[in-house]
Amino acid sequence: MKTNNINIPISKDNDGESIFKFLMHELKPKGKIFTPFNIISVPIILIGIYLIIVRFIFGIGSVTNLTQEVPWGLWIGFDVVTGVAFAGGAYVLTFMVYILNMKKYHSIVRITVLNGFLAYVFYAGALLLDLGRPWHVINPIIGNSFGVSSVLFLVAWHFLLYMIAQLIEFSPAVAEWLGARRAHKILSGMTIAAVIFGITLSMLHQSGLGALYLMAKDKIHPLWYSEFIPILFLVSSIFAGLSMVIFEGTISHKVFFNQISEKNLKAEKGILLGLAKICAGTMFAYFFMQLLVFIHGKHWDLLSTPMGHWFLLEMLGFVILPMLLFIISYRLNKILLIRIASVLTMLGVIMNRLNVTVIGFRWDAPIRYYPTLMELVVTLTVIFTEIWIFRWVVNRMPVLRESPSWAKKEK
Amino acid sequence: MSLDRRTFLKTLGVVGLSLTVGDVLASEDKKEKSIEFYGVLYDSSRCVGCQTCENMCAMANDVHAPDGKPKTGLVRKTDEGHRTVINSYNTSKGEVFIKKQCMHCNDPACVSACLTKAMYKTKEGPVIWRGEKCMGCRYCMVSCPFDIPKFEYFSSNPKIEKCTMCFDKIQTGKAPACTQDCPAQALKFGTRRELLKEAHKRIVEHPEIYVDEIYGEQVAGGTAFLYLSPVPFNELGENTSLQNKSYPELSKGFLYSVPSVFVLIPPILLGIYEATKNNKNKENDENE
Ligand code: SF4
Ligand code: SF4
Repeated sequence: MKTNNINIPISKDNDGESIFKFLMHELKPKGKIFTPFNIISVPIILIGIYLIIVRFIFGIGSVTNLTQEVPWGLWIGFDVVTGVAFAGGAYVLTFMVYILNMKKYHSIVRITVLNGFLAYVFYAGALLLDLGRPWHVINPIIGNSFGVSSVLFLVAWHFLLYMIAQLIEFSPAVAEWLGARRAHKILSGMTIAAVIFGITLSMLHQSGLGALYLMAKDKIHPLWYSEFIPILFLVSSIFAGLSMVIFEGTISHKVFFNQISEKNLKAEKGILLGLAKICAGTMFAYFFMQLLVFIHGKHWDLLSTPMGHWFLLEMLGFVILPMLLFIISYRLNKILLIRIASVLTMLGVIMNRLNVTVIGFRWDAPIRYYPTLMELVVTLTVIFTEIWIFRWVVNRMPVLRESPSWAKKEK
Repeated sequence: MSLDRRTFLKTLGVVGLSLTVGDVLASEDKKEKSIEFYGVLYDSSRCVGCQTCENMCAMANDVHAPDGKPKTGLVRKTDEGHRTVINSYNTSKGEVFIKKQCMHCNDPACVSACLTKAMYKTKEGPVIWRGEKCMGCRYCMVSCPFDIPKFEYFSSNPKIEKCTMCFDKIQTGKAPACTQDCPAQALKFGTRRELLKEAHKRIVEHPEIYVDEIYGEQVAGGTAFLYLSPVPFNELGENTSLQNKSYPELSKGFLYSVPSVFVLIPPILLGIYEATKNNKNKENDENE
């Protein structure tokens, strides 16, 4: 077994004993306090919390621009629908690593699952902010009112179950952090079941998020509405998720540089090239589907309208272009190009999701919906809080760094 | 890795089925009964725009009295304080009034959207909202093709407001408030079947008055509110491009595919997992 200087003992073998002390110690912040990120995020989070309080006292209308015609805005369209697409990396990677047994990607599985899990907790959690009567959120869960014919019912349940599956997938890292050997063994044994269950759930709710809008047939711009929204959402969640993995990896490699072993640093290039290839492939398939849907829909005349130009921009500038960049980058071995392509792809996914849910929704209404600054601040609050927790966990648990040697031997 | 495949699959199957089969059964028996639902026939050739129905509704349901009168060129909308409105349109046959409220669809989009069964199609026909279940997600508003459910955006305990066809009255054998005092007899309450018959009769007897269409007979899979009009319905601000299939039909395909995904995908994944498992050591060596 190789030992790295960065392989700091995460916790002693404290099965039981001083666990309370250990936790108290871990709760304290590590690292510098006045980083640029902290300086920006803390005020925004504080304002966001204030706005959330206002929202619960005076109603949703007091902070949002939502109307009777456009009842779902930024909080659903961006936080939930787009956020969950970006969290798709977790199911794709667990599929590659655990099911296809592509060992190469093993070193990034944990961070992706963690990212996915937190994304679900926070972005799906943002749903609660948007509920007018959140105290009844328990109704569809405990079973006194199952609205089983509702796509939203399905999506809500799948969110919940998938969070549990992801928690199980991630739990060995927690056990390693706490030094709980026995729990580690049991939890690791549950991984494959959780992965299989998780992938199935993901496929269904990634497409389900699109299916939510199927009944809004007359409200969504015809260039974005088709009966194939679910499948388009599913396919695009693959490259949305992987682009997020690439993007997030770029940042964590800078921020958490000292936690990553040499071996994994070296492997990074191969991983990125592999991901680029998969992105390019799925984007090609996605574009092809969009093309078929478009031809099938016979909307040629709409292309010359402003919305048509916007549609073309999305398809050519943010699907085709990044796809070509991905192809070129792995041909030429250019890592920087991969990173650029991933950012473009993510922008494209944001465009697409917002076009279906917000921009193209009631595009013909006399009064259009624009999110308020306050809605934006709350959205940023959700994102920043997630990053805070993410950083807290990565700094403590073996997410990027190597597992303690006892955990490795167990396998 | 020890995993009892059989139990695993069984659990998945059961979860998948229970999540979906229920609704398939439920929606089927609903369809058969739809024919005996109560409904209301509104004849816009008779309506004089006096707003009696608006006032009656406000009194009976404790919502706001009408604000303003119907005026050509001004489209008043139902909102969280007004469950029904009368609008006036300048048409090819002069000024014509039209009433707007929930259509009480036979197979309502709002009901199939609701994940708590707060929106509920009663067996008598009215579609009602039940506050003790609703979680305020507003998916019903997203789904309703007529934009009917309204939300109280400025309340900490917001309600969804919409016409209930005065379900409480219907239960005690009375007619909805709006139909009771109409001086022009433009509103008629009855079973949907009777009303359709009546509407067809009026069209046949007075082809010079009516266009040969009953709005609500087909649209959105049929609705309990039926409209007669002297002019084509698009002149009265009705969205005539709505489909005749019911709206829940649009997401049925997706919902039906869910059990098969639950039954098919896990074994496939497990199969691939078993097939690639043995590569483990080999690839590991390459990597080290
Ligand atoms: S008109 Fe809208 S609110 Fe009324 S029953 Fe139909 S779908 Fe529901
Ligand atoms: S807002 Fe209430 S009634 Fe409407 S779909 Fe959501 S839970 Fe059902």
